[in-house]
Amino acid sequence: MGTRKTIQTQVLIIGAGATGTGVMRDLALRGVHCALVDRSDVNAGASGGNHGLLHSGGRYVSNDAHAAAECREEGDILKKLAPQCVDKTGGYFSAVAGDDENFIADFKSHCEKCGIDCTEVDPAEAREQEPHLAEDTIAVYEVPDASVDPFKLSLENVAHAKLVNSSKYLRHTEVVRFEIENGRIRAAICRDTDSGEELRIEAEQYVNAAGAWAASVAAQAGASVDMLYSRGTLLVTQERLSSRVINRLRPPSDGDILVPGGTVSILGTTSVRVDDPADARPTVEEVDRNVEQGWPMMPILAHTRYIRAYAGVRPLVLVGDGEGDGRSVSRDFSLFDHEDANLSNFCTITGGKLTTYRVMAERCSDLVASRLGVSAPCLTATEPLATVNACEWTEPGRAPKIWARNPDADDPILCECEMVPASAIDEIMNDCSEFIPDPGLQALGLRSRIGKGSCQGSFCGMRIAAHLYDTGRFDSPDGLKNMQGFFSQRFKGLRPVLWETQLVQAELAEALHCGLLGLEQIEGEDD
Amino acid sequence: MADTIHCDLAIIGTGIAGMAAAVFAANRGMSVAQAGNTGSLAYTTGYFDLLGSIPATDEGGKATPVNEPFKALPELLNVFPQHPYRFVDEAEMREAFTELTDFLIRSGLRYEGGGETNHRLPSPAGTLKRTWFVPATMRPAEEMLAGTEECVIVDFAGLKGFSARQIAANLSPKRANLRGETVRLPGPGGEVYAENVARMLETERGRESFAKVLQPLVGDASWLGLPACLGIYRPEDIMDDMERRLGVRIFEIPTMPPGVPGIRIKEAFEEASSGMGLRLFRQQRMVWEDQHDGLYRLRVTGTSVEREVLAKNVLLASGRFLGGGLTGERTGIRETVIGLPVQQPESREDWHRFNYFDQRGHKVHRTGLVCDESLRPLGNDGKPFAQHLHAAGSVLAGADWMRMKCGAGVAVTTALAAVKNMK
Repeated sequence: MGTRKTIQTQVLIIGAGATGTGVMRDLALRGVHCALVDRSDVNAGASGGNHGLLHSGGRYVSNDAHAAAECREEGDILKKLAPQCVDKTGGYFSAVAGDDENFIADFKSHCEKCGIDCTEVDPAEAREQEPHLAEDTIAVYEVPDASVDPFKLSLENVAHAKLVNSSKYLRHTEVVRFEIENGRIRAAICRDTDSGEELRIEAEQYVNAAGAWAASVAAQAGASVDMLYSRGTLLVTQERLSSRVINRLRPPSDGDILVPGGTVSILGTTSVRVDDPADARPTVEEVDRNVEQGWPMMPILAHTRYIRAYAGVRPLVLVGDGEGDGRSVSRDFSLFDHEDANLSNFCTITGGKLTTYRVMAERCSDLVASRLGVSAPCLTATEPLATVNACEWTEPGRAPKIWARNPDADDPILCECEMVPASAIDEIMNDCSEFIPDPGLQALGLRSRIGKGSCQGSFCGMRIAAHLYDTGRFDSPDGLKNMQGFFSQRFKGLRPVLWETQLVQAELAEALHCGLLGLEQIEGEDD
Repeated sequence: MADTIHCDLAIIGTGIAGMAAAVFAANRGMSVAQAGNTGSLAYTTGYFDLLGSIPATDEGGKATPVNEPFKALPELLNVFPQHPYRFVDEAEMREAFTELTDFLIRSGLRYEGGGETNHRLPSPAGTLKRTWFVPATMRPAEEMLAGTEECVIVDFAGLKGFSARQIAANLSPKRANLRGETVRLPGPGGEVYAENVARMLETERGRESFAKVLQPLVGDASWLGLPACLGIYRPEDIMDDMERRLGVRIFEIPTMPPGVPGIRIKEAFEEASSGMGLRLFRQQRMVWEDQHDGLYRLRVTGTSVEREVLAKNVLLASGRFLGGGLTGERTGIRETVIGLPVQQPESREDWHRFNYFDQRGHKVHRTGLVCDESLRPLGNDGKPFAQHLHAAGSVLAGADWMRMKCGAGVAVTTALAAVKNMK
């Protein structure tokens, strides 16, 4: 492989989740050039597989006051500096008849100790505000919870870093091995997961922000991080069921948080110990557990339509004996300088929560900057996150507003669930083309609402593929394979929620995909 | 009881199975009352499949494409012994399709095929579909695919989900000298529906202006492929007329359903129903009440005037989840009309496989009603639920029509077998 390409940068960051993209932006703002690689794409792990909840801290007041206070501080910063990614919905903690009275009684004082605003609300008043709350709601407290769009947050971080100092983002690029000499990593040998081509990245510092895969990346450098993995399964409803975040007022358990996100709500979550960080497949059993645990708090959860499920694997850093389901393990983050492994230019940042990603990035960047001899301070607690238009289509419910402002009869709506017109597809494809060599439906799905509405891409995927052929983006049977890959990927989330209406729709979709188009058999036809 | 209808047969459902059963019963002199959403007929592409593939049985295995459906039947029944084709023999299968396509031919919709081998005709994505009986307006695609003369496939600006370039790109590895073009139809622009084009082509003026916009794209080509839009009532006449105007051979390609080929069948059936002595309650439901002096009492609902139906026989042709004959609840699958037991996996976990395109297919699509040899669904005691209650079509257990490409075949052949078993 003598012809392999080489890239030089000051810092190589591995993992494009919230933390990795946060480190990229933090360092860029300090004038440090970065390359960010991800073997998949932005937020492919836990950063994408969560509630999108910007915790007020209320969730943790009873068992982790430090985490609660940290959530409060970081939540305030994000609300102020990244308002385009945050919906300040407010949140209720709500208890129903039979819930632990002592827990209810102590909640307010626990919040006060952590500096979290907490107001008692009369249950009747709360049910007027949130009509889906159960009739037997007995206590409600209001806290400043909010929802956050984690995809937008990470995409904006990347876009801002690129804008500030031309830092680079390489998706579908995985680290194969490190070249290490005298306690320093000289280069990371990476591989393009699409083409298989190797790429050599030479940096002064290396940051492992691989989330649940941090242990295996650390191991590639000969360092060790002990981790636990806890899978959480979540469900997306077809309609938004509350205006606020609704938390069950009880010790943290399954199916006790409902977070609104644009036009939908997200119910979760479970906590199941898994051995493999890749085991992020939502299961039927966990879906049912969320529904059954959720409906006493909000009875509509028993019969509302769910459009998909997804799961994330929480990276938890193992401290102590590691017993229990993972909820009892600290949600605190950890920064390892790996000097114990005789490495002077490698660090790992993992654990933590979406809400605290910024401070995680700050601590990590402080270490990297000091190792580089850069004295510029962190700016992410004071500098607003720039808004970049490429992300415009990711917000639920936003696309219809944009189209409605400027409707055009010759610009057909291709995604009818989320009202994404053909012009938006073309725009995203143009934006993507410089750094995505082979854009297709999955890349579009990541950068738009396509595939996120009630049809989950089953129908719009076919219409959009036809449009991509019409505009010359697809010009061979490879376009069919791209469709096949997109439908397979969306099916993972559909599978556990296929009952009632969603099952009917899935039957129609398969009738078209397989019954009519025969997409299950496009390979192996030799004639 | 002025609103009571007495009949030999009450058919619940108006999909392909229900329609075929009505035709077969009428041909045998039976009086029929029928209710259902005839709109579901519009979901057929026009292609009638008998058997196009045998799904894999082992994990990671490949499905076996079927070129000669009758030769493959023993293998199908060997691997999937519950498949409803166990209720019919080859002669009866041919008889059923001949009888149904004769009916369609009398309605102006000529079908071709029905031989020993499957036809392979284009889907709206440009893949080739194995099918058995095909509309005469689509059949010429086969001849085109075998040749080499220049062929142009045309789509319409604003017609979603149908790309001539996509079809050309996907057929090109198999057939040279193909190109895809887009034409802007006269009119206000915006979204275009194949049905509206088909209705426009029913008029002389419509065909004239259609020919005018197509002419420049056709050029010297010998073949012209169009989305299925050549009229609703006599598509072959409209095709002949367009061929004369353009000096080119034409074939239709199905669009994404609901589409024109299905609408043609729906309208032909509705049109013929009164001549058949059929009481057709469109967009209404028939509800099962009870047995009464050797008759079955049902109720037609959905309008302000409810009618009672007293029938000697009942046929359940109510379809699956989309048709409404089955419903999949979070905790299990139910039959919706009578509450018959449904053969199904124990847990929802087993309904679907993890890989969407797993070539074994998903078990949920083989759930359904278990019947005796006379196509009478069984009750909880394992005996026929009622003496003269039969079932036909996709509500039956054992056929994954999407993966086996046997939807029309199961519907039409079991409809005939059920009707023949009636008193």
